[in-house]
Amino acid sequence: MGLRVENLRVYYRTMRGDVKALDGATFEVADGEIMGLAGESGCGKSTLSKSLIRLDSRMKLVAGSVELDGKMLPLTDHEAMNKYRFAEVSLIPQYAMSALNPTRKIGKMIAELVRSRGFSYRVLLPELERRLALVGLSPDVLNNYPIELSGGMKQRTVMVLSTLLDPSLLIADEVTSALDVSTQRAVAETLVQFRDRGFVKSMIVVTHDLSLVYQIADTIMVMYAGKLAEKAPADKVVKEPRHPYTRLLISSLPEVGVRYAERRLVGIPGRPPGLLDPPSGCRFRDRCPLAFDKCAEEPPFVEVERGHEVACWKAM
Amino acid sequence: MHRYFGRKSLIYLLTFIVAVTLNWLIPRFMPGDPVLRMLTRSSVSNPESLAPMREYYENVFGLDVPLWQQYLNYWSELLQGNMGISVWLFPAPVTGVILKAVPYTLALLIPSILLSWVAGNKVGALAARRKWLDNTVLPLGYVLTATPYMWLGILLAWSLGIVMGIFPIAGGYSFALRPSFTVGFIANAFTHWFLPFLSLFLVAFGGWAIGMRNLIIYELEADYANYLEALGTPRKLIRRYAFRNAMLPQLTGLALQLGVLVAGALVTEIVFAYPGLGYLILQAIQNQDFFLLQGVFLFIVIGVLLANFIIDIIYVLVDPRTRTGLQGGTA
Ligand SMILES: Nc1ncnc2c1ncn2[C@@H]1O[C@H](COP(=O)(O)OP(=O)(O)OP(=O)(O)O)[C@@H](O)[C@H]1O
Ligand code: SF4
Ligand SMILES: [Mg+2]
Repeated sequence: MGLRVENLRVYYRTMRGDVKALDGATFEVADGEIMGLAGESGCGKSTLSKSLIRLDSRMKLVAGSVELDGKMLPLTDHEAMNKYRFAEVSLIPQYAMSALNPTRKIGKMIAELVRSRGFSYRVLLPELERRLALVGLSPDVLNNYPIELSGGMKQRTVMVLSTLLDPSLLIADEVTSALDVSTQRAVAETLVQFRDRGFVKSMIVVTHDLSLVYQIADTIMVMYAGKLAEKAPADKVVKEPRHPYTRLLISSLPEVGVRYAERRLVGIPGRPPGLLDPPSGCRFRDRCPLAFDKCAEEPPFVEVERGHEVACWKAM
Repeated sequence: MHRYFGRKSLIYLLTFIVAVTLNWLIPRFMPGDPVLRMLTRSSVSNPESLAPMREYYENVFGLDVPLWQQYLNYWSELLQGNMGISVWLFPAPVTGVILKAVPYTLALLIPSILLSWVAGNKVGALAARRKWLDNTVLPLGYVLTATPYMWLGILLAWSLGIVMGIFPIAGGYSFALRPSFTVGFIANAFTHWFLPFLSLFLVAFGGWAIGMRNLIIYELEADYANYLEALGTPRKLIRRYAFRNAMLPQLTGLALQLGVLVAGALVTEIVFAYPGLGYLILQAIQNQDFFLLQGVFLFIVIGVLLANFIIDIIYVLVDPRTRTGLQGGTA
């Protein structure tokens, strides 16, 4: 059944007006699918991933709906949404190093957490220990305080904890950006392993590192200035991108292994528009080498071939 | 862990030695001659008897030997619990005078510190989650902490004591009574105790409440709180963690504030003529009673050091991070 997002609009309330950080996203993530989510800094990746699990107090759901395994998620009702968090939708935060309460032993914290959600720690413990072993951690870490573990150990502990209840959807926002290259690979491989073993059904992996996500993702979705630009199987996005923005992103990747984020200024001149009062029409128009008259109208996000969606007049 | 406490104890010991030495030094290099003052007080008219009397007093106060000997004597006497003879209440020993005043000071300090800390933390934590409480506690807290102890004391004495006449405004008990363990005396002492206690309590309470409120808000924004929220943890558990973690800086704050609180108590005692150590300090200064002054200061220093040491130990017991830091974490 997977995830179905319909016309999702989430704005930030600010003194100067609404920042339209996510302005109408419609897409699906199928069961078993790992979707990479890419795009320049500030394009709304975190806004999208936060919206699926927890809207913070500054975020305002303007329109849209999210359906997971056939059930509507009550995004705006904090209490009602609690039932789905952790069990159905879960998250590996970017700040995995500081995600654990520093003054509680890890095992005790996990016990208090799962009990507060109405699960039995005793029942879950054998599986917890099995999964810790799977990521190379001894059950002793449960007797440690977070400060006693290295960064990588904490990251793995959080990955195991986040997926302990076998959620349907896992969101991983920039989980690798704080790590060194070899740890990044290990984390990416663990994510795939978790999917293959059925700990999670589908996954959204937000990243700056297109080359890393290319290795693990089945599909890649590219965002630009609060809108979806392109979504397609990973191979398609990298080898036959249709959206001019995606093409520029890919071509600015000189070779696999170099992060596009560090090179984007070389590849794509100009800056994305501000989202407080974004321009009408295609938001990429100012920087697009292919822009023409029609681009004053907003291009719809449509399927141009099976499993390949693009929002560009030239791609249709 | 043992090494940690060993090192801590050494630091405290050094502080103590320095404090005692300074305490011994300062009166000796201050202007004024206590013996001369005693002589003038006993108004000796015959100049011939002046010399032997000076000799007698210098002998009593141990001032007739070289300085280094005085210093050593001071230590050896001190270790036997002897802090010399009071000039003001001559010939009462300083230790006895102090021991009579200490219960009053402790009776003010301990309840006001502990109760204000506990109540301040509770109210501050509540304020962090209730808007209306926040809107009252925050301004009130700021006004209270900013109020000098003396000021609040005078205000309370005036309003509750003089105007409303509910509480007596001076002394530790009514002059008609003798200290004893009778219900009548204790009730009387309680009414005298209440106002100085209240002024100490209120000022400290404001500070703790504000501190706790800010710390809780900070903790609730911390990464671990966000993570737990994303995992659908009930707010109750997150608040419990936040409260516990916010208590740690408050504990450190308590250690840091101890000196200030003691100073506040001394001033408050003077306002209410409460017969504790603060009141003794005032009398000692007015009577140039160096030995008493020395004794009181020393007593306070020891008290503060001791309290700090206890807080140190509690801190290590409640914060796992210090403990693992001591053992060296596993990487
Ligand atoms: N609390 C906020 N208040 C106002 N605007 C915000 C807030 N948080 C984010 N934004 C704006 O929303 C837009 C999208 O932000 P978001 O964090 O989703 O970007 P992102 O794609 O995750 O970027 P990055 O790659 O840097 O993490 C940005 O333009 C940002 O300035
Ligand atoms: S719609 Fe027009 S401006 Fe937008 S990407 Fe396509 S060609 Fe460029
Ligand atoms: Mg982000």
